[in-house]
Amino acid sequence: MSQASNKLFAKSWMFLVYLFLYLPIITLVVFSFNDSKLVTVWSHASTRWYSALMEDSDLIAAVLLSLKIAFLSALMSVLFGTFTAFALHRYKRFRGRTLLNSMASTPLVMPDVIVGLSLLLMLVSIQHWLGFPERGLFTILLGHALLGTAYANVVVTSRLREMDGRLDEAAMDLGCKPFQVFWLVTLPLLVPGLVSAFLLTFTLSFDDVVLSSFLSGPGYSTMPMVIFSRARLGLNPTINAVATVTIVVVTIAVVASSFYTSHQERKRKREVALAYSDNNK
Amino acid sequence: MNTLTQFIRSLFQGNKLVIGIPYGWFILLVAIPILIVLKISLSEMEASSVSKLIDWSDGWPTIKLNLASYQFIASDSLYIKTYLSSIKYALITTILCLIIGYPFAYYMARSPKHLQPMLLMLIMLPFWTSFLLRIYAWKTLLVSNGVINNVLISLGIIDTPIVMMNNAFSLLLGMVYSYLPFMILPLYANLSKMDVRYLEAAADLGTSPFKAFWLITVPLSKAGIIAGSMLVFIPAVGEFVIPELLGGPSNLMIGRVLWDEFFSNNDWPMAASVAIVMICIILVPMAILNKAEAEQLGGK
Repeated sequence: MSQASNKLFAKSWMFLVYLFLYLPIITLVVFSFNDSKLVTVWSHASTRWYSALMEDSDLIAAVLLSLKIAFLSALMSVLFGTFTAFALHRYKRFRGRTLLNSMASTPLVMPDVIVGLSLLLMLVSIQHWLGFPERGLFTILLGHALLGTAYANVVVTSRLREMDGRLDEAAMDLGCKPFQVFWLVTLPLLVPGLVSAFLLTFTLSFDDVVLSSFLSGPGYSTMPMVIFSRARLGLNPTINAVATVTIVVVTIAVVASSFYTSHQERKRKREVALAYSDNNK
Repeated sequence: MNTLTQFIRSLFQGNKLVIGIPYGWFILLVAIPILIVLKISLSEMEASSVSKLIDWSDGWPTIKLNLASYQFIASDSLYIKTYLSSIKYALITTILCLIIGYPFAYYMARSPKHLQPMLLMLIMLPFWTSFLLRIYAWKTLLVSNGVINNVLISLGIIDTPIVMMNNAFSLLLGMVYSYLPFMILPLYANLSKMDVRYLEAAADLGTSPFKAFWLITVPLSKAGIIAGSMLVFIPAVGEFVIPELLGGPSNLMIGRVLWDEFFSNNDWPMAASVAIVMICIILVPMAILNKAEAEQLGGK
């Protein structure tokens, strides 16, 4: 193959993969503005499904529950994920490190049905024994926080690896106590990682259907649970409207956070460069 | 007050808190639940709960191991068939993801440096938007009166709709679609770190680009190939949502069986046994994944 045809092949391959990834998303958005009751036949543009969505009180209640769970579980995930990342990054040698490492990566790859089943059986055993927790918001939250912790650990760990460990050492040389080093040096540098971990775990929780189905109790249906039960029955244009709203919000959040992160990164690099140039004077 | 702050500080200095908190968290939510699944898989269903493994009724603890559900799995050909078919679909998904994802990751790693963050974000973006909604979207595309058939019919390419839903095609399409980013990301991470001077040296010595690709690029990206394949294969074996929404009744997947045992039949020991056998199946791939990840980190 010549150089030019090689390049053409590369470009078309990439284009086709992107098309494959985005085709369903584009369809969802386009057909959410379709007037027809048939999800797949285009009649003309309208926003009737958005009005239908506004009146769908079941779905709105589910969205609110999902938002609440996603927010709380993302906070928990970032907290526990940061602890895990610190334990594994800072302390290369302690008894049971391998065990902690493999436990922390288990929820990442283990099929959802197994994580859901095992958590539920554990919670039922505890309930049998202590009389609580009742299945509902708290149990869903716990499941999502577990999954989120595993992901937050990955994100925070990769941030810790990129960070300059010498800054911590410098702070300690200058007399900072370990807690101060963490609070004044490590944590501010870690913020971009924490933000992306929060966003990622928030969306994971907002998206989960399997864990929620196992862990939820009567009266607690999250948005994906409602969508899943409707999608099993057939196609429903209101789902397209919900999907479009979700996609728009997520896209804005992801793009904004990636701009924020790269801005922070540039700012930090400028400050580092400035610090070095001051030294040389 | 002072002693309290000192106590809190000592915890931080002792590193015990930093290691203890995540340890407790994962022991409670990963290790203990799996042990409980193992325990329940060895008991049997009684009226409203499961039988106890340790019986104290004689004043002595007697352990009652009930292997009935495992024996049932081993004797019923449907379970064995379902496990084999789950492995088959997961394997095909992995191979297809590799065939589509490897060239993609390779070209992405060779793209101009300033474009790469954007290309990477475009791969990540669908991953951020709801997985469930994207699977649902495929349903609207693939059904007999769906978008693809409608477009093809109105263009005059086909007369009767092609059956693309509720069969192996729609199942595999949904799986490849969902898991493709898990293949691309580790491959890209690996390929973008590769030293291109090896390829230049090979070209100087007269190796054709095609040969250089097979002899240099592929072997050097082995860790990425293994990591990506395992990240696709392991969750694909137990996938539930995709076969439920896109697969047909004849596309047996073990995740659906587990779900039905639990939610429809209320047979907890059976669901637990199905889960334990599934865990045994994915233990080997998980060990391979851990090793590949360690290599990828160590080798950089």
